[in-house]
Amino acid sequence: MNDKQEVTKVEPKNDAPALLPRVDVFEDGTGITLLADLPGVPKDKLVLRVEGDTLQVEGEITPTTPGNMEAVYAELRLPRYLRAFTLSSELDTEKIEAQFKDGVLRLRIPKHAYAQPRKIEVKVT
Amino acid sequence: MYESLLNFPGSLFADVERLQRELQQSFGAVGQPSSIRAVASGTFPSINVGSTPGSVEIYVFAPGVDPSKLDVQIDRGVLTLSGERDSAVPTGEERLALYASERFAGRFRRTVSLPEDADPEQVTANYRDGVLHISVSRRESAQPKRIEIK
Repeated sequence: MNDKQEVTKVEPKNDAPALLPRVDVFEDGTGITLLADLPGVPKDKLVLRVEGDTLQVEGEITPTTPGNMEAVYAELRLPRYLRAFTLSSELDTEKIEAQFKDGVLRLRIPKHAYAQPRKIEVKVT
Repeated sequence: MYESLLNFPGSLFADVERLQRELQQSFGAVGQPSSIRAVASGTFPSINVGSTPGSVEIYVFAPGVDPSKLDVQIDRGVLTLSGERDSAVPTGEERLALYASERFAGRFRRTVSLPEDADPEQVTANYRDGVLHISVSRRESAQPKRIEIK
């Protein structure tokens, strides 16, 4: 399941306060996997942006609150998540795969083919 | 942004926040009560509670949890929510470098004190987009009623 990737040149910076979503990031031989907690964000409000070497994850929280509700106690007070990462050049940003289920974003960023580990045969003549 | 930054190692505002807390203890409101069931900020899962004239709405932000592993109970006016989230970080793989492991994994339990007029027989719970939305209706007799003047 792939999410649309927007590559933009000039983007007005949105400075509204945002929460930093918690992430797990780990790397294996062929690429990097990123998992982010974005509860309350429906699929259509998740935005993934790659600009040059920067990956940005943004999500707007849209809870199902009844119109006449008064907040009594809130631990989560801001309406959006925003976090950005700089990627290194051996990561192939054209091939990013994204899955988003139950508020958890899973990104797989593979390395370029030339950067993948390769064993070099040593021939004995 | 402050609250989530607080619990990250080397977070930008940790020192400022710590200083603020120390100052508050010396000069701020001393002896202000907090809920006896209060937990440290940043505890998983985060909870928001709202009130309407007819119900109490509880939002539990628990992404990536299997709904069958979530347990919601109401006992004597206290709603207890417990569950477990498995870690998504693979273990035992060769050449795996772990850079960040900020997401919570393991068992969790949160409690919410319900008001006296909350009716434990009328509770609905939905899990969507990683948020568990629990709605507890208030008892009929306790709801404000408009009295007609004839």
